Amino acid sequence: MADEVVLLDFWPSPFGIRLRIALAEKGIVHEYKEEDVWNKSPLLLQMNPVHKKIPVLIHNGKPVSESLIALQYIDEVWNHKAPLLPSDSYLRAQARFWADFVDKKIFEIGRQLWATKGEEQNAAIKEFLNCIGVLERELGDKPFFGGDTLGFVDVTLISHYRWFLVYEKFGNFSVEAEHPEFIAWVKRCMEKESVSKSLPEQEKVYDYAMLLRKKFGIE
Amino acid sequence: MSAEDVVLLDCWVSPFCMRVKIALEEKGIQYEERAEDLFGGKSELLLTSNPIYTKVPVLVHKGKPVCESSIIVGYVDETWASPPLLPSSPYARAQAKFQADYIDKKLFDAGSSIWRTKGEAQEVAVKDFIEVLKQLEKFLGDKDFFGGDSFGFVDIITIGITSWFSAYEIFGNFKVEDHAPKLSAWINRCMQRKTVAKVIPDPEKVYEFVINLKKMMGFE
Repeated sequence: MADEVVLLDFWPSPFGIRLRIALAEKGIVHEYKEEDVWNKSPLLLQMNPVHKKIPVLIHNGKPVSESLIALQYIDEVWNHKAPLLPSDSYLRAQARFWADFVDKKIFEIGRQLWATKGEEQNAAIKEFLNCIGVLERELGDKPFFGGDTLGFVDVTLISHYRWFLVYEKFGNFSVEAEHPEFIAWVKRCMEKESVSKSLPEQEKVYDYAMLLRKKFGIE
Repeated sequence: MSAEDVVLLDCWVSPFCMRVKIALEEKGIQYEERAEDLFGGKSELLLTSNPIYTKVPVLVHKGKPVCESSIIVGYVDETWASPPLLPSSPYARAQAKFQADYIDKKLFDAGSSIWRTKGEAQEVAVKDFIEVLKQLEKFLGDKDFFGGDSFGFVDIITIGITSWFSAYEIFGNFKVEDHAPKLSAWINRCMQRKTVAKVIPDPEKVYEFVINLKKMMGFE
């Protein structure tokens, strides 16, 4: 019996993007279903009744929610190709820690960045760049966080990239100026087809961010 | 392997530290507990082992630190295989992690809101907390434990926070048992386990701790 894989997703979501990358890396045939997060489908509400959020991976009718959990699920089920997590338990714990850091810190600070102005925004920019610096140090001399190939942390972090450029635009700063090694890592990730094909167009993400700002009354 | 190989930077009242201790006890691992004084001044070891968050728990295994309680419990489960805390099927594991993630995101913060507020805001906080308990009951269903017949990952993630329930009940003027009887029964079931009874502090002592915490934080 062939596997049936469906991804409920929303095009600009970093949380969805990372699952797209993982599915592409592993060559998993799947159906992509676009959700309108402002008008959620009955399927989404049925598949993720607790949080009612995308992404949801539906494998043979059974849903897996929360992107980092779904990433690990994909890695465990389709373990024949492109492993995302290392096999050593200590390195796995480290990878989970850094992926959790990315989502805890980067996403929240980023949100403050495009949603605030003045002092508050400056503070957020400072913290954001600080976090990039921490990640740069963690990367060290490795081409990827996962070593020679894309790993769990790479997939988690690069999925935010289109939004980094939105933060730079609204905050009027440059990540490359402060952290060129980080941008070098970005470029290496973007050379992978699984990444470049999974990220939405930059212009579309800017436009969506502008829409959000209007919607929330931020000018 | 001696206890020196496994060191836990700990605080007796932290539900997050309780998770790690119970996991280690379940696996029969000898460990050294090092109490951190979170108000007096964090130790050098804590600051160097967890520079990002400077929080407990931190598990230091053969000199290498692991941080974030749910990640530590996962590490303990993967490093010492028996008895397994997570189920073996990928789908069941994903479900367990989802429930643990929900508990991580919601339970402790919902409880904290109760003692940090007063009046109408506190009534709302109690209501929200009860909603979370009801969701936990949905996860539990009619099973003995979250994982089924055996005590496992989600039980370990959750049981420590229940030592704070008495404090929430006193401040919020409600009883968990009235709103979530199945969960109350689950708490009692877990407390029968030696590993849990050994680690969970007396709710009276937790209540006194919260009173002092309130004073210190200026919530009166």
